Amino acid sequence: MIKVSQLTKRYARTTAVDQISFEVAKGQIVGFLGPNGAGKTTTMRMLTCFLPPSSGTATVAGFDVLEQPMDVKRRIGYLPETPPIYPEMETSEYLQFVGSLKGLLGVELTKRIDYVCQRCAIADVKTKLLGKLSKGYRQRVGLAQAIIHNPDVLILDEPTAGLDPKQINETRDLIKDLAGEHTIILSTHILPEVEQTCEQVIIVNKGKLVATDSVRNLQARARGAETVLVEVAGRNGTLEVPIVQTKLEQVAGVSRVFCKQQVDSRAIFEVESKKGSFVRGDVARAVVESGWDLNELRPAAMSLEEVFLQLTGNEATAPQETPVEVQA
Amino acid sequence: MRNVWIICQKELRSYFASPIAYILLIMFGVVFGFFFWNALGAFVFESIQSQMSGRSFPMNVNEWIIRPLLQNLSVVNLFFIPLITMRLFAEEKRTGTIELLATSPVRDIGIILGKWLAALALYACLLLFTAINFAFLFKYGNPDWKPLLVGYLGVFLLAGALLAIGTFISSLTKNQIIAGAVTFGACLLLYVFGWVSSYDTATWARVLSYMSVATHIESFEKGVIDSKDAVFYVSVIVLGLFFTARSMESLRWRS
Repeated sequence: MIKVSQLTKRYARTTAVDQISFEVAKGQIVGFLGPNGAGKTTTMRMLTCFLPPSSGTATVAGFDVLEQPMDVKRRIGYLPETPPIYPEMETSEYLQFVGSLKGLLGVELTKRIDYVCQRCAIADVKTKLLGKLSKGYRQRVGLAQAIIHNPDVLILDEPTAGLDPKQINETRDLIKDLAGEHTIILSTHILPEVEQTCEQVIIVNKGKLVATDSVRNLQARARGAETVLVEVAGRNGTLEVPIVQTKLEQVAGVSRVFCKQQVDSRAIFEVESKKGSFVRGDVARAVVESGWDLNELRPAAMSLEEVFLQLTGNEATAPQETPVEVQA
Repeated sequence: MRNVWIICQKELRSYFASPIAYILLIMFGVVFGFFFWNALGAFVFESIQSQMSGRSFPMNVNEWIIRPLLQNLSVVNLFFIPLITMRLFAEEKRTGTIELLATSPVRDIGIILGKWLAALALYACLLLFTAINFAFLFKYGNPDWKPLLVGYLGVFLLAGALLAIGTFISSLTKNQIIAGAVTFGACLLLYVFGWVSSYDTATWARVLSYMSVATHIESFEKGVIDSKDAVFYVSVIVLGLFFTARSMESLRWRS
């Protein structure tokens, strides 16, 4: 559905997007992940024909963004970072305007307005001025605007930015809900969002593509050895950190112990195990048998967050793999 | 064409859904009302004088009231046109709604024409407001309506040209105040360029004087449609809208 190859956007001094290539299959929901300033918005703007690429090509539903912008625009629904609303318009008025701008007419338009209002749960604010709506409602009106012409592709730039946790969940559910009918690309710098909503993830950093893979594969890639967080407390108000550390290191299967934090007589250790060994039981026993209290013991599940940091933060240590193409 | 109408409708709605249109209408009405009252007062004073002097000379309403008023009208334009055009693009750029327009299946020229026509329509409403004053002249006097109509046509063309310039300037910035101030400066300069012809006849002075929007309105004010002046205004309109299109295009290549 979307095919991007060697897409580049150069400005006078900087290269915002540097030879990015990826493909998105029909019906997929893809997370576009990267720190602020990674080139997410620029890439999306090129896909929506708002900005022309400096070099490289991008096609949406088989239409080139430079050669056939009108065909691309007809097939794309776009929600920019700030919902593009006119504060002096009423919700229904606004949807009518956007709908007719996208080429809808008469009965069809009325039907679509009713449909998106119900779909995005904005029917109750239909006659309110957009300027008076809360951030959450504005975001949903923004989404309604993007899907009004039933586009094949939805491009959402940070759809949950600035919302409160409840609204974030609602928006995510709505996006997941829409996934069946549209191919969706959503950008975000919030990792759990990708874990929760997306099937595929495209990670960019400093304009360069770092990885594209399924969310599951990426998590698995990071999870070679297990890491356990252990909080140990001394009985009589004191705790000798080095002694605990040596004790933990002696446990069979442990490869590395590292004291993360110490407060009074409590300390949190990060215990890394060798690949394939299961050390939690032994670690617990070692702590208790040595006469300390075991306050907490939990696996530090390698979240996408860490994968992300690994991939974007320290490029020297990150695995230099060639990006895996997203499969259909 | 349909898109032009959609954009135009939307612009008109935002003029009339906010206080902008009404405040402009009221202020324009008040200012022009004063000019009218003033011109009428002068006319009455002069005609009494002419009767008292014993040898009354014929006084023409067109000559004494309508023509000076039309002149005033084109000056008042200078102040009101920046107010009409300053938000057209600047506001969309500031709030980011320009992204919605630019990613919709609409050509740039459709957006530009729609916006300019909406501005022109609002200006036409202002002109209609002034017609109330002239209606009194027709009720109590017997002026010739043809020169008045031609005068209106001239003022309308002049406004169209200045509105096109204002639209272009608004597309250059995100800031309404900047757009308004620059438009005002540009309109004022284009208005006073004609002054140089009074003391200089060198080529540059003639060019400058030709560029002045004020020199081309004179024939209309006299009730004469001069095609060369009409062509001048239409060319300025086309040029202004053409520059706006280029500016929108460059917005894409630069931003």
